[in-house]
Amino acid sequence: MLQSIHNQFVSGAKAVFATLLFVLFTCLVYASEGSDTTMASAEHESAVATAHETVAGDAGAEHGEKKFDAGAMIMEHIGDSHGWHLWGKGHNAVSVPLPIIIYSGERGITTFMSSSFHHGEKTYKGYRLTEKGKIEAVQQMDEVPAKSAAIDEKVNASIIDFSITKNVAALLFSIILILWMFISVAKSYARRKGEAPKGLQSLIEPLVVFVRDDIAKASIGPKYEKFMPYLLTVFFFIWINNLLGLIPILPGGANVTGNIAITLTLAVITFLITCFSANKSYWRHVFAMPGVPIGVLVLLTPIELLGVFLRPFVLTIRLFANITAGHIIALSFFSLIFIFGEASAGAGWGVSILSVAFVIFMTVLELLVAFLQAYVFTFLSAIYFGAAVEEHHHDHDGHDAHVEEAAIV
Amino acid sequence: MELIKPEIGLLFWMSVSFLTLLFLLGKFAWPMILKSLKEREDSIAEALNSARRAKEEMAALVAGNERLIQQARAERDQMLKEARDAKDAILAEAKTKSQSEANKIMAAARETITTEKLAAITELKNQVAIMSIEIAEKILRQELSNDEKQKSLMQNLMKDINLN
Repeated sequence: MLQSIHNQFVSGAKAVFATLLFVLFTCLVYASEGSDTTMASAEHESAVATAHETVAGDAGAEHGEKKFDAGAMIMEHIGDSHGWHLWGKGHNAVSVPLPIIIYSGERGITTFMSSSFHHGEKTYKGYRLTEKGKIEAVQQMDEVPAKSAAIDEKVNASIIDFSITKNVAALLFSIILILWMFISVAKSYARRKGEAPKGLQSLIEPLVVFVRDDIAKASIGPKYEKFMPYLLTVFFFIWINNLLGLIPILPGGANVTGNIAITLTLAVITFLITCFSANKSYWRHVFAMPGVPIGVLVLLTPIELLGVFLRPFVLTIRLFANITAGHIIALSFFSLIFIFGEASAGAGWGVSILSVAFVIFMTVLELLVAFLQAYVFTFLSAIYFGAAVEEHHHDHDGHDAHVEEAAIV
Repeated sequence: MELIKPEIGLLFWMSVSFLTLLFLLGKFAWPMILKSLKEREDSIAEALNSARRAKEEMAALVAGNERLIQQARAERDQMLKEARDAKDAILAEAKTKSQSEANKIMAAARETITTEKLAAITELKNQVAIMSIEIAEKILRQELSNDEKQKSLMQNLMKDINLN
């Protein structure tokens, strides 16, 4: 008993310490990257060449050379990129190169590492990196400076970018992490049959029980079991990726769950599972609500049908917007340092204290949001599954339940 | 607008990797975890049930013991009471019996005494009669040793007879 309290205290203290470390790293990494963006947006090759690593206070020293563009910095951070930037800027930037995989109808599949672009300065195998981080086809097939290359509009229209971008790499990392976590937990369940949970098991078990009892059983009812694998996977996938997104250094730092492609994929899977597991009663409630006169059905059916497609759409937007908003707020507080730093170095340092305090607060809040959004996505998925497999009784209660479902959307 | 435009590449990788994750976890992790959880919950429920049953049995056993003790006590009391009654009855009976025996003995003794007394009286009477006759004989012999005296006796006897 005492031991467990002690352990809890130690792990709590560790968590606080870890959070503080993260925030410090966030401060440093964001600060240096912030300056980097400044450079990149300014498009001054000479400035890039002479630039050196700077932290918060130095931003003010660069006053007059280029303006700090908070919007661009934030958009770069919450967006995707070819290459995982670590520190430094422009020519001196240190980033993990990532594989580029380009498919084009004319040239076929082309693969190479993102480092071949030399931070967007050179073309490679007939492609170049634009300022926005997009890949563009150019006419010159050999390595030439990116600026001098001419765009190949015909090829460019047909290219599809399958590159392992920062988000894909972070996604794959998180998937390996999740697989390792849960398969090892499953193994420890097999090894320690009937015993109390231990280690990672103790962390996972309450959450699994939470998803099973409070989400699946509560919203789906007796048929919950066949949805459990999906609900658990989606819950832990979102939660772990949300948490990884809060870590500003390498394995984390990508805005995976704040990317609309990711949330859209999840929402579409939820939508497909709902459609394929839906029973006759569900479809009848969509297309011809029982007990409703035909005249009203003309109005109601399009609304119901819209609702069916609105649900995955809302799921997509909710998760994307919540996570992205969290990142934007944290980055905005850091931007304040540089905006004030441009006025004077002292103001930058002064504001940094306030900004860091706010970012600590936001990070703690984001820890809650990370869990909450995973819960909300899983819970709403479970409610949609529940509606799909529910045996409707054609009475007043059934109708009321349906109205409630619509309201939840 | 870049932000809300899903990238085809990312959509592709996400679909592939998430479905792989779903498949692998669905095959190697969730069934084991959920099964173990269910088994453990069942075993805990079972253990709690059996503990409750054991407690109930224990209570029943205690109640039974209590009842047995009560019963034994009642039986002992009953037996003691019966013994006491029997003792009393035996005593009373013995008393009555001895009384009647004593009475009988007394009666017999009294009868014997009466008989003995009567016999003694009879004997005594007979002895007295014999002695009287002997005395009378001796007296008569003495009295009647001369004529004078015989005559006076005659006269006296005659006198008595006349008086009677």
